[in-house]
Amino acid sequence: MTPTPTPQSAARADITPGDSPGELRCSGAWVLHALTALELRIAALPAARERELRIDASAVTAMDTSGAWLLVRTLRALEARGAAVRLAGLRPEFDALLKLIEARMRAEGSVRARPPGMLERVGRKAWEETLSAFGLLAFVGEGTLALARALADPRRIRWRPILYNIQTAGFEALPITGLLSFLMGIVIAYQGATQLQRFGANIYVVDLVALSMARELSPLITAIIVAGRSGSAYAAQIGTMKVTEEIDALRTIGVGPLELLVLPKVIALMIALPLLTVYTDVMGVLGGMVMARPQLGISFGTFVERLGEAVSLSSYLIGIGKAPVFAAIIALVGCYQGFQVTGSAESVGRRTTVSVVQSIFLVILVDALFSIVFNKLGL
Amino acid sequence: MSDAVVEIEHLNTRFGDAVVHRDVGFSVARGEIFALVGASGCGKSTLLRETIVLQRPQSGSIRVFGQEVVGMDDEAALALRRRWGVMFERGALFSALTVSENVTMVLEEHTDLGPALRAEVAALKIALTGLPPDAGPKYPSELSGGMRKRAALARAMALDPELLFLDEPTAGLDPLSATGIDELVRHLRDALGLTIMMVTHDLDLLWRTADRVAVLGDGRILGIGTMNELSKSDDALIHEYFYGPRGRAAREQAWNRR
Repeated sequence: MTPTPTPQSAARADITPGDSPGELRCSGAWVLHALTALELRIAALPAARERELRIDASAVTAMDTSGAWLLVRTLRALEARGAAVRLAGLRPEFDALLKLIEARMRAEGSVRARPPGMLERVGRKAWEETLSAFGLLAFVGEGTLALARALADPRRIRWRPILYNIQTAGFEALPITGLLSFLMGIVIAYQGATQLQRFGANIYVVDLVALSMARELSPLITAIIVAGRSGSAYAAQIGTMKVTEEIDALRTIGVGPLELLVLPKVIALMIALPLLTVYTDVMGVLGGMVMARPQLGISFGTFVERLGEAVSLSSYLIGIGKAPVFAAIIALVGCYQGFQVTGSAESVGRRTTVSVVQSIFLVILVDALFSIVFNKLGL
Repeated sequence: MSDAVVEIEHLNTRFGDAVVHRDVGFSVARGEIFALVGASGCGKSTLLRETIVLQRPQSGSIRVFGQEVVGMDDEAALALRRRWGVMFERGALFSALTVSENVTMVLEEHTDLGPALRAEVAALKIALTGLPPDAGPKYPSELSGGMRKRAALARAMALDPELLFLDEPTAGLDPLSATGIDELVRHLRDALGLTIMMVTHDLDLLWRTADRVAVLGDGRILGIGTMNELSKSDDALIHEYFYGPRGRAAREQAWNRR
């Protein structure tokens, strides 16, 4: 921190006991930059026992609001000790400033926010989370109602934003999802190869790659990427609209924000994500194939032949069937968090982050539930 | 050193083909409340931004405290920036900080005050602008428009500047709060000898506080002087500005108060 030269005057501010008992002398520039030093000087003053105090301020050369405030505070502190304080010699313009500060300080109470204790913080947090969970539930309900209304009157379905969202969330995600699942296929085949070779079970690399991709990994990876790509965008878009009061404007125009902003996104993502999953299935298997040939000597032809036996139709459909559920989760969480934005730009950022974390968490949770259910059903 | 705090000479600003300022010049004396008025889009705020080194004019000279600021880099501007405070039209409070943190942040950056003293000085500035004490721990998004303006003023005054730039200090305020700002501005000038340069549309504020007013239009200064002098001007645009229905009401009110 660099000290700033005081522009008004270079004279150092000071407060010292005067010549006679019961007298204090103020001098120098009582300005903001002298405040720390002044406060120390005030603390160092010998405790005055006199009932009457005279403060001579004729040597004060400059004063700003902070200096005036410190003087007022000092006067009050002295008065609180039971002394009658008289201020003399202050220049008229500084006196006017002192009056202004005194008037404003009178209006000011001493409200200081007490930092909450541990228990209170835990309680508040728990309550917030509960409200948030209920809020999400309520939002799903509202969304379902909006969907029901739209289905009852199909003219209200907005096709243009749906198509637009399919393009941005689906088509434009093809390169990244494709690349990642291709790499995933390679990695699985590579890791499995050494183990399988040991048992001479080379051909089972097809089962390993195809089944794990189709049934679990490909829907999951796709959902996670889409949550990061599109779910966050939904939250940011709706959140920004909330900040700029566009959502309120929509309401006043008589357009339901859910109908215009949420439904198209949910519908579009529920169409796009299964399609993406089919695509990533293919890319993952391709990755496995590319790796299986040099590592295990399995030709593309053998690999494809084995595919039909390795992945049953039910496994394949289970994988794709999970995608619309993930899509609904991602779109709803993203939109919901967008609507939770309050006021500031910072809140948009926070909600966007929360939307990604929450949707990925929920996607994995639901995936685990699916596994249990399908296991019980023997699928 | 001349007594002018802000001196502007031969200022030219263009945005592409649009000429905003054409050879504009005026000066603001120490301790003066100087107002820039003019129709929306006439370049008032641009002029203010150029004066506070946020934007660069095509040519001309702007001297603040006797120093040329045109072409000044941020580092050189820092010393000057500590001597002036700026209140932006929409407040420009940092939304991630509370009101009192908005003020203490400036103090922390530029003074050696300890945390306790900083908090107390911040509370003083907040009180000075007429905000209730419970506004301190609130976030800007929790405040009304008028309160946000006051909080912005509190931040602008954090370092007790000699020169205060106000961009539309009363826009969006209810008449009562606006009157509060009028009085505050005058009080500050009288008590602290502050120089204030403001951009405003508020005719009441002009009549109540401004010592001198410059009317900007057509890229140049149409007239400069006290409100009384300007209201007698025969320039068509100035006349329209002051004698439109709103102008008349404010002028009559100002007369009635005398």
